[in-house]
Amino acid sequence: MPIIALDGVVALLGRFPALAGVDLAVGSGEIVLLQGPNGAGKSTLLRVCAGLQRIESGRALVLDHDVVTDRAAVRRSVGLLGHDTALYDDLSVEENLRFWARVSRVDAAALDGALDRLGVADRLRNVPVRHLSAGQRRRTALAAVVVRRPQLWLLDEPHAGLDQSGRDLIDGLIRSAAAAGATVLLASHELDRTIELASRHVTVAGGTITRDRTV
Amino acid sequence: MWRDIVLVAGKDLRIESRSRVTFSQVVPFAGLVLVLFGFALDANRPVLERATSGLFWITVMFVTTLAVQRSTSIETTDGARRALLLAGIEPVAVFVGKAAAIAVQLLAVELVLVGGIVVLYGADIESFALVAATCLVATVGIAGAGTLLGALVAGVRARETVLPILLLPVLAPVLIGATRAFDDALGSVAVDGWAWLGMLAGFGAVNLVLGALTYGVLLEET
Repeated sequence: MPIIALDGVVALLGRFPALAGVDLAVGSGEIVLLQGPNGAGKSTLLRVCAGLQRIESGRALVLDHDVVTDRAAVRRSVGLLGHDTALYDDLSVEENLRFWARVSRVDAAALDGALDRLGVADRLRNVPVRHLSAGQRRRTALAAVVVRRPQLWLLDEPHAGLDQSGRDLIDGLIRSAAAAGATVLLASHELDRTIELASRHVTVAGGTITRDRTV
Repeated sequence: MWRDIVLVAGKDLRIESRSRVTFSQVVPFAGLVLVLFGFALDANRPVLERATSGLFWITVMFVTTLAVQRSTSIETTDGARRALLLAGIEPVAVFVGKAAAIAVQLLAVELVLVGGIVVLYGADIESFALVAATCLVATVGIAGAGTLLGALVAGVRARETVLPILLLPVLAPVLIGATRAFDDALGSVAVDGWAWLGMLAGFGAVNLVLGALTYGVLLEET
């Protein structure tokens, strides 16, 4: 069973076609790099796989759930790190993560481990998010994804705003997730860095897949 | 679902207690509006006394637009709305939780405003029970309608200006009903205030049911 099965998916952003008939099949444990120019449709493709983007035509299955008719099941199974961090500025790091863990029905006891893995120092855990740097926010947001233990990781520019140690940390996290059987779909402009991580390199342009090769 | 309602309401109230927007900005704003109404009408004291109930509730309406805008921006600023969808939380729990948090803030402001009309306008409260019941029942409807319309305009670019245009007309029944009930409680007009509470309760019930039915669609589409 493919983890992602897209068949002729068309999606609009406003009146403009962001995806114009995308076919893609991704298997378990794959790390797929989505690469392409700005506006190519990479982020929209990730949102489709998260059950957050309406599709106009075609069919999209994620973990055998239809993203239109069974999107609640799709959403429960994925972890998405987008451009936004979905953190509340006036709450501390720990309060944010505890809130997201509770509403996601995830064991909050896993928070400490996730924060340690992401290198979020103990001294930062009670600091309001508004006082964090962009990189620290990014790490905290990724901790919220890690805690969910998703079967499918959807990462949109995961290295953005991170220093070298943060980038290395994310690479390690992606590798260990894939080694544990999770599937990773990541969109990135940092080809040199992410091509080493990926098992597959998919090029997106003009809302379609123009190249798909195993690395 | 109750657990999620408490989580969402608790989160919004914690954010409010940290940012102190309600007490450092909204309460002073409400007080200022009350004072300015007083300046405008003080030359004609009987008119001020007669209009006290209406001025109180108009001030509450202004405060509501601020509270709803704040509540909406909490979820839209950094993509938290999308994360709520991914978390799989029932939209009705988000709606009730956010409405409850707004209601708590409004009730706190109303408490201060009641003190304000007594001190500034010389209002004489004849029925504290009716004042309390009116505030409670009207606020439920206001918070329900506000939360719903806040979600409706969440994706609109100029939502700060669109929200009052949509919200204030929708709240007109509350303004009328709550003003009449307060008129009775303050003894300024001979009217059966408890009867008006029935209308306010109906308004609140309609908005809560409407919100429960449609909030999920708004969360998805806006």
